[in-house]
Amino acid sequence: MSGWSTHTGTAVVLPLENVDTDQIIPARFMSTPRSEGYGRFLLHDLAHDAEGAKLPGFALNRHPDASVLVTRRNFGGGSSREAAVYALVDSGIRAVIAPSFGDIFAANAVNNGLLPARVSAEAAEEMITSLGDATAPVRISLTELTITLGDRTLAFDLADTWREKLINGWDDIDLTLQERDANAAFRDAYRAATPWAWPAT
Amino acid sequence: MSPPRTLFDKVWARHEISRDAGGTSLLWVDRHLVHEGSHHAFAKLAERGLKVAAPELTFAVVDHYAPTRERAHIKDPAIRRMVQTLEANAEKHGITCFGLRDPRQGIVHVIGPEQGLTLPGLLVNCGDSHTSTHGALGAIGFGIGATEVAHVLATQTLRQKKPKTMCITVDGALGPGVGAKDIALGWIARLGADGARGHAIEYAGNTIRGLSVEARLTLCNLSIEGGARCGMVAPDDVTLDYLVARPFAPRGALWDRAEQDWLSLASHPDAEFDREVSIDAADIAPTVTWGTSPDEAAPITDHVPDPATAPPEKAARIGAALDYMGLRPGQPLTSIAVDQVFIGSCTNARIEDLRAAAAVLAGRRAKVPGLVSAGSALVKQQAEAEGLDRIFTEAGLEWVAAGCSMCVGMNGDLVEPGKRCASTTNRNFRGRQGRGARTHLMSPAMAAAAAVTGYLTDVRPMLAERSVA
Repeated sequence: MSGWSTHTGTAVVLPLENVDTDQIIPARFMSTPRSEGYGRFLLHDLAHDAEGAKLPGFALNRHPDASVLVTRRNFGGGSSREAAVYALVDSGIRAVIAPSFGDIFAANAVNNGLLPARVSAEAAEEMITSLGDATAPVRISLTELTITLGDRTLAFDLADTWREKLINGWDDIDLTLQERDANAAFRDAYRAATPWAWPAT
Repeated sequence: MSPPRTLFDKVWARHEISRDAGGTSLLWVDRHLVHEGSHHAFAKLAERGLKVAAPELTFAVVDHYAPTRERAHIKDPAIRRMVQTLEANAEKHGITCFGLRDPRQGIVHVIGPEQGLTLPGLLVNCGDSHTSTHGALGAIGFGIGATEVAHVLATQTLRQKKPKTMCITVDGALGPGVGAKDIALGWIARLGADGARGHAIEYAGNTIRGLSVEARLTLCNLSIEGGARCGMVAPDDVTLDYLVARPFAPRGALWDRAEQDWLSLASHPDAEFDREVSIDAADIAPTVTWGTSPDEAAPITDHVPDPATAPPEKAARIGAALDYMGLRPGQPLTSIAVDQVFIGSCTNARIEDLRAAAAVLAGRRAKVPGLVSAGSALVKQQAEAEGLDRIFTEAGLEWVAAGCSMCVGMNGDLVEPGKRCASTTNRNFRGRQGRGARTHLMSPAMAAAAAVTGYLTDVRPMLAERSVA
């Protein structure tokens, strides 16, 4: 995964609360191998009618080039399916701006280079109102932790660890494998202290 | 001297290998449970040529895509491929797999406790948000995404920031027909679907102490629906009685040492939580959801909310939910007719759940069709030994094999568009049980009552009739 520090793109609004991961990608698409791409599944049942035709009124259908989603509280709650993040990333979304995120979704996002940018509910509402049905150029800086939308710049929240990870594109597996010996030593001491923590054979 | 610690703090501390400057801990994982959905993670491992670090601590089970009928040959090629891929990955890495032909097969969060794989004081992870279930035994259990699953497979560790702590204390006697599902839907309705976001919950109080392990599993299972990272109950004699002699639980002298250790895990009486919430058990009624988020729930004696009289910031959301659900503002919940029922899932498909549903259905006929899927093959066997299967089938419901089934519909058990289902599951999200499906969450007894009348129904009078007879 490659890191990034700034993103310049286009913001669009999804003015809904509690967009759970079942809505971001319905379960029936999840047996697809990632190599086939998940972008076409993004918010599928909100974006398509029952026959599978794209709904012209849906924001992401009107603005398929959007790269930043502005939405309401508790985005990505529910199922731990990382496929929800794949659907966003494969559609070209680089950041989601919301007052809050599901915990598992946010971690999955960072693991795939997608920024979950937390702003106050008031700031999100202001952006939702100012954008309306239109789009606007947006610039996001991970080094400054700022979002510039039109002529306004505001700060967003992001854990330091996650910021570093997004900027550097770090992969945790590589980091942890470097600590293999220390981890093995921990395991042995822990097993000696609590042997019942291993399954009976 | 270190401050008095909570149950969560104690269990977290014993798994912490290291902590970085940003406060992220590297944790040792005791049990890693994988299912068909783990194909992304195994693919990541294969890409890098890595092996599973601790196959003896990794257990695989077929559940999400498990057919509930005609298992000998899976007709749908996509489902067949999902099942075969898991079995092949398990074999390749030397992981025990509870496959479709294994008598121990079932839903991952049912079989973990049932097999004694889940034990007090452990860290249990699985690529499934309902891993919070395992906390009922005093473990830390939480769901992770595919990248994290790959990390656990490759290293048997996980990087994680420690959540805050929250204590939900429930005291008092629960009324008849009121149980763990109602406690959970009640607190989620009060605090919101993100009310416990970023927190590890401990459930405490004399009501919780009085719950069976199976009821505690239901309660902890639903923690994620209030946004919590995990839910826990301190191990006590109820926990020990449940676990003793389970296949993977310690035995003999090791059990004796384990018992002592587990009972020492309870939160210190002076331990402080970041947040505390108190609930009076007497205030809890049988609860159902009316909307498209688990916090959109109300006592069965209540009405569907009216956007016109709701606070302005909530009106649009309520209106959209009622539109999707096909409900009239202000209509009594008991006037909502259902098309079908589903009794199953990691939330409510254990033997006590099936007994509760059967107690209502015995000698009665269902007015609507329904599916009953036991949480595991062993639960199914037990239910059949008790004759519960005959009660369900004589009532007109279908008795099928174990799996996630109609909770998530991945195996093809779907609710048709526009149809309304009284369901013992965990999510009433739009499209969760199938595109356009309308889900009302409730307890097994309440789902059974809905089957009998064809409407959302207060089960209490039906239970009272029984005790008079």
